Amino acid sequence: MKIQEAVPVLDVLIVDDSAAIRKILQRVLRQAEVPLGQVFEAGDGAEAIEVLKKQPVGLVLSDINMPNMDGLEFLTKVRAEQAWEKLPIVMVSTEGTQAKVMEAVGRGASGYVRKPFTAEQIKEKLSVFFES
Amino acid sequence: MAEAMTEITEQTDGLTQAELVEAIEAATREVFATMLNQELKAETAFQEKQEAQPATGVISLIGLAGEWVGSGSLSCTAALACKIASWLLATEYPAIDDEVLDAVAEVTNMIIGNVKTTLEGRLGEMGLSTPTVIYGRNFQTRSARNQEWTVVPFLAEGERLCVQVCIAPNKDQSSKTARPGFPIPHMLNV
Repeated sequence: MKIQEAVPVLDVLIVDDSAAIRKILQRVLRQAEVPLGQVFEAGDGAEAIEVLKKQPVGLVLSDINMPNMDGLEFLTKVRAEQAWEKLPIVMVSTEGTQAKVMEAVGRGASGYVRKPFTAEQIKEKLSVFFES
Repeated sequence: MAEAMTEITEQTDGLTQAELVEAIEAATREVFATMLNQELKAETAFQEKQEAQPATGVISLIGLAGEWVGSGSLSCTAALACKIASWLLATEYPAIDDEVLDAVAEVTNMIIGNVKTTLEGRLGEMGLSTPTVIYGRNFQTRSARNQEWTVVPFLAEGERLCVQVCIAPNKDQSSKTARPGFPIPHMLNV
């Protein structure tokens, strides 16, 4: 009798002030056949930090333009914490200039997806995190 | 209102109206094709002092600020707003609710955000405010600076939606720091 290996699942935090985008990203992650565990949501960077303190996740998808604490400030604060230094954080934003992408990467973003996006683009950008 | 409408012939410093129309058309088509799986038919763009608006319906407004300042918006009927939300979220929405307004806000954010990205190469960095969505009857919006709006109408499943932008060089040196969430320079009559 074969013992099936447990497939590792990935808990994900989605940070966006739009409930619509949080819902779409969840749908796209499922369409992309990501081995999803629990999905947590936050409406801005400050809320996201509170979620991370209570709930470790394997991947964060974050918008940039948000009220209270934007995505770039969130990135800076997360990377300042040793526990979250290597946490994969992919920015998903309408901000598409090279300068903004470079700023996000400079602050520690692990990837960048421009809105609007297709399920294929999300899958391609995230595949590196599922394979490892 | 017809008197306020003019053909697009003017050229402002650093940006032609044709370039602005092209940026609006490209961004709107891309967002609808990619996120809503809908092909839009663009109609003839025009300029007007008072923003094009439905007498009854939904309007979503976003502010732009930096070296250049202005606003962008999307307006449509309530019925089309429900369709936009249904296309975006793959759920039926028979009437306006918070999810419909949020969906329209996010579509506007993606369109105006992509227009901004296109223009930033020419006009310098700009910040984008979070969207404000209004649903009601007999409302009017007007730029406090009395600028002209560049209006690009589209047809989606036979219904009209308008994406419009008004933008001009920023003469207020103290407000050039771009950050999201700043107030939108509009007067609103409801």
